[in-house]
Amino acid sequence: MKPAEQDYVDLTDAQKKARRSRSVALGLALAALVVIFYVTTLVKFGPAILDRSF
Amino acid sequence: MALVDTRHIDASDVSVIEATAGDFVALLKPRVMSLVVFTAFVGLAIAPVWPNPFIAVISILAIAVGAGASGALNMWYDADIDRVMARTAGRPIPAGRVRAADALTFGMVLSVFSVITLGLVANWLAAAMLAFTIFFYVVVYTMWLKRSTPQNIVIGGAAGAFPPMIGWTAATGTIGLESVILFLIIFLWTPPHFWALALFSQTDYGKAGIPMLPNVAGEATTRRQIFGYALLVAIAGVLPWAFGFASIVYGAAALALGLGFVWYAYGVLASTDSRPAKALFGYSLLYLFAIFALVLADSIVLRSFA
Repeated sequence: MKPAEQDYVDLTDAQKKARRSRSVALGLALAALVVIFYVTTLVKFGPAILDRSF
Repeated sequence: MALVDTRHIDASDVSVIEATAGDFVALLKPRVMSLVVFTAFVGLAIAPVWPNPFIAVISILAIAVGAGASGALNMWYDADIDRVMARTAGRPIPAGRVRAADALTFGMVLSVFSVITLGLVANWLAAAMLAFTIFFYVVVYTMWLKRSTPQNIVIGGAAGAFPPMIGWTAATGTIGLESVILFLIIFLWTPPHFWALALFSQTDYGKAGIPMLPNVAGEATTRRQIFGYALLVAIAGVLPWAFGFASIVYGAAALALGLGFVWYAYGVLASTDSRPAKALFGYSLLYLFAIFALVLADSIVLRSFA
C-alpha cells in the first residue's frame, strides 16, 4: 500500500494551506517563548548566574 | 486487512478547519490590542523606576497577549450574538472559519501563558492584575453584565482601563496614585465612547437582545448620560496636573482636549440624528490617544529637565 492511501482524510488544498499557516505560527510562537525565557534568565541573573555554588 | 471497504473520506464530508493563523490573530481583537499596548506602555514609561528594556518589552507583550486572550474568550462566548449583528458577523467564529471550541482553548492557553510570563519576567502583583483583568472582562463583563444591564459598559469599562495600571505595576511592583488616575481616565471615557457607537448602531444591539442604554432607556437619556460623562472625562483628564505629576503645559492641553470632548458631547445632546454621535465617537478615540501621548511626552520632558 502506498503511503498516501493510508490517510483517512484527503485534505483540500485550502485546508493544507491553512494547516501550514497554523503550523508556522505555532513554531514561531514556541521559538519566541524559548528566546523570551532564555534572555529573561540572563537579564534577571546577569553574570551572577555563573557565580554560585552547586 | 481493512475492516472497512473505503479508507478514504473526502475532506468536504468531515469537519476539518480551514482556519489560518490570521483567523486566530483576528480572535485577539488586534485593534483593541493596539490601544492596550499603547496605554500599558505609557503606564510603564511614566513609572518612577524603569525596568530593563527587555523586561519592559516582554511585559507589554504579555499584557497585550492577555488582553488578546480575553478577546478570544469574549468571541467564544458571544458567537451567538455576534452572528446577529452586522458589525460582528464577519468575526472568525460566526463566519465559520474557527470552531468555538478551538477559540475557547486558544483563549485559555494564551491567558495562562500571558499571566505566567508576566509573573516570571516582571512581578506577581502585575500578573495577578492581568489575571483579574481577563477574569473581569470575560466573566463579569461578557458573561454577566453585557446581556443583563444597560450599565454593562460602565462597569465593564474597568477591564479596558486596567492596562496602564498593570504597566505601572510591572515596572514598580506597587500600585501608585498616578496609575490609578490613568485608570480613571479610561474608565470614565469608556461609557460616552461606546454609547456614541450605540447611538448610530442601535438597531443592531436591539436585534441581538443586548440591553445597550439607547434601546433600553431611550436616546434622550443616553444623550444626557454621554454629556454627563464627558464632563467627568474632562475633569479626569486634568488630574495628572492637579496631582502634580504632570506640568502646567500638560494641564492646559488636557483642559483644551477635555473642552473639545464636552463640545462634541453637547453636539450629541442638542441633536436628534446620529451624525454628532459619529463625530463624538471619532473624537473620543483621538482624545484618549492624545491624552496618553501627552502624559508620556510630559513625563519624558519633566525627567530630562529634572
